Amino acid sequence: MRFALPLAVFIALGALFAFSLTRDPTLIPSPLLDQPLPSFSLPDLADPEVNVTEAALAGNPALLNIWGSWCAQCGTEHAFLMELARNGVPIVGLNWNDEQDSARAWLERLGDPYVVTAVDVEGRVAIDLGVYGAPETFLVDGGGTIIYKYIGPLTPQVWRDEFMPRLAQLDSGGAGD
Amino acid sequence: MIAELGQIALIIALILAVLQGVLPLIGAQRNDAALMAFARPAAVAQFGFIAIAFGILVNAFVLNDFSLTYVANNSNSELPTMYRVAAVWGAHEGSMLLWVLILATWTLAVAWRSRSLPEDMVARVLGVLGLISVGTLAFILFTSNPFWRLQPAALDGADLNPLLQDPALVIHPPMLYVGYVGLSVAFAFAIAAMLSGRLDRQWARWTRPWTTAAWVFLTLGIALGSWWAYYELGWGGWWFWDPVENASFMPWLAATALFHSLAVTETRGLFKSWTLLLAIMAFSLSLLGTFLVRSGILVSVHAFASDPARGYFILAFLFVVIGVALALYAWRAPGLDTAGGFQASSRETFLLVNNVLLVVAAALILIGTLYPLFVDYFANAKVSVGAPVFELAFVIPMLPLVVLMGVGMHATWRTGNLRETLVRFKWHIGAALAIGIALPVLGFGAPGPLTVVGTTAAVWLILASLAEPVQALTGKKRVSAARMGMHVAHLGVGVFTLGVAIVTSYGIEADRSIRPGETVAVAGHEFTLNRFDAVTGPNYDAIRGTVAVTREGDAVATLAPEKRRYRQQQSPMTEAGIDASLGRDLFVALGDPLGDNAWSVRIQYKPMIRLIWLGCIIMALGGLVAMSDRRYRVRESATAKAGARDAAAAATAPAQEAG
Repeated sequence: MRFALPLAVFIALGALFAFSLTRDPTLIPSPLLDQPLPSFSLPDLADPEVNVTEAALAGNPALLNIWGSWCAQCGTEHAFLMELARNGVPIVGLNWNDEQDSARAWLERLGDPYVVTAVDVEGRVAIDLGVYGAPETFLVDGGGTIIYKYIGPLTPQVWRDEFMPRLAQLDSGGAGD
Repeated sequence: MIAELGQIALIIALILAVLQGVLPLIGAQRNDAALMAFARPAAVAQFGFIAIAFGILVNAFVLNDFSLTYVANNSNSELPTMYRVAAVWGAHEGSMLLWVLILATWTLAVAWRSRSLPEDMVARVLGVLGLISVGTLAFILFTSNPFWRLQPAALDGADLNPLLQDPALVIHPPMLYVGYVGLSVAFAFAIAAMLSGRLDRQWARWTRPWTTAAWVFLTLGIALGSWWAYYELGWGGWWFWDPVENASFMPWLAATALFHSLAVTETRGLFKSWTLLLAIMAFSLSLLGTFLVRSGILVSVHAFASDPARGYFILAFLFVVIGVALALYAWRAPGLDTAGGFQASSRETFLLVNNVLLVVAAALILIGTLYPLFVDYFANAKVSVGAPVFELAFVIPMLPLVVLMGVGMHATWRTGNLRETLVRFKWHIGAALAIGIALPVLGFGAPGPLTVVGTTAAVWLILASLAEPVQALTGKKRVSAARMGMHVAHLGVGVFTLGVAIVTSYGIEADRSIRPGETVAVAGHEFTLNRFDAVTGPNYDAIRGTVAVTREGDAVATLAPEKRRYRQQQSPMTEAGIDASLGRDLFVALGDPLGDNAWSVRIQYKPMIRLIWLGCIIMALGGLVAMSDRRYRVRESATAKAGARDAAAAATAPAQEAG
């Protein structure tokens, strides 16, 4: 039945496609969970002479947010990031695969929610972090351990459902078990 | 109110499309002339209503009607009028409307130019086109409506993506779409043939000019996109193997294979089921191209997750169109093939090899494009398949194709004599070897082995393509327009190949830092940055450098590269300064300010890069020449005679028939 072969191949491909699309990409667990944040040293977006390292996240629980000015979905979460920053949540930005000019213009225009933004032009650190696509947000505890990773734009609902319980657990000293 | 009229026009068009898709197909099965006769008027009326909807959207853009979400997202009051019109197809919703307008236009053309075809064939072809239109119109109305109102209306728009604010980008998408959608005609003919169970040489003769026409537009559209990427993206490359480009290139390869296969079906009545499969593949790949690229799934799975309704509609539509076509193929194709022999070095063999190589190339590109998605799915890893992989995978089937093309185009049908052809062209082969080695060595310096193979193959193809046209021009031989078109198109492939071989081997790219008054030397030229000026455009501000180029002290050119910042979107854009000539391009693009008045600049020397686009234009020209052949313009009265002549021709199969 060589004439049915194209149809068979097509159905196989189509099934694969349809199946893969039913998977929510935001549910993919990161192998980095409960692991220490990979160390990095990258130029600061505001001043390329200065280096930003993982130490920027040390001390208190903090967010590491991967973004790029090319990334439309980063625009949708930006206002919420601003709100988080106003409420005192420390957010470190990782500007990924971006033109520094447009990245600075973006922050000038929309406001800068980041404590500091590291520039990852080559995407090396993004690879270390297993970044799936922008935006992604890591929750890192004060000791530099990755507690949670969220793929896609942050929303108040995600914050309430996923981040707040984990933060509360950290506060009550329940981390590390 | 006007926008709502656009919406209503689309709904009416959808109803007409349903009627056009259903009634004539039923009529053709039942041999009911009244139902079949419905096809043409429905096609005309559907075109009318889609054109009204499109006109209303254009009008909304020109008049800055920011109460429409789509207009507010993609235009701005400062945007020049030409770009306001182009902004109509600057994003998803409008480009879908353009797509369906072009489909309606092709359908109209088929309705108008099909008087010599049997009524049931016309009914089926228009019916299939109507069904495709149903899917697209429903997609627009239910998931991608450009007429959505914005409450409250925006004061001003977010502006068109600055990347798209360029003359070439005004015509590139329509051109490409005309090509993509044009393949639906060949597809509809293939479905009609399978439904009726009748696939003769006459069918191939009807299908062929439509396929060629679509291919001409596709060729020009792709070339325009490549040219635009070259001067606008600031990297100076002409092809990046990104998913969007690949999506346009795969249907091109399939369409190229298709009209070569059609040549065999038309002249010899062979390769029928293969021709059908190629027609299905070519249109499937163009659907895949438009829809998957537009949905963003190839670029990022997030884009899909963000709008699942759109994504599932696209998948369902693709699945129905391609699935039904292939199921029909599995059912009906087995009965269609006719036996007919041909010898090993006949024209048929070369065309078969051509088909295999083109399909292999398209398959490799398809695998390379989808591979990251699969790895993502199965291994949870991010990979990207880069240009070097694609280049290698593409050169392996293409280089033999270029060499064989020169031989194959002179082979005869049924019985070929390879030795005789080679002896006849021994001087051409000798000259190709001499020029192929001498040109890079004398012109550009020591070449690598692949360079010599590339230039020799290219020169060989150019010489082989010119042989017969020269004889025709000097009156030694009569050559039909179809055959002349083939020679011209193959000449274009040769010119293109030569350009690729030279520019990939000898192109120089240098990133330097430069201050006003300084000079840097690249590729034997001195580039002096004279000054920077601030420039104000209609909707952007720019810094323009003035770069004087000299060669051994003689002035060559003055280039004016710009770095633009579009006010609304605040994104920087690079406008390269280019001095173009057939022999070489000099290219200067501004990078970033490095502080202390210094700038990074990218300077490039691109020998013979113009041949790449010139080659594409020549290819398209060849297509036009081939389409002009008299045998594709037979009137009703001539059809019967042509049929009789075909029968006679089939018996003798003259060597000088189609290309």
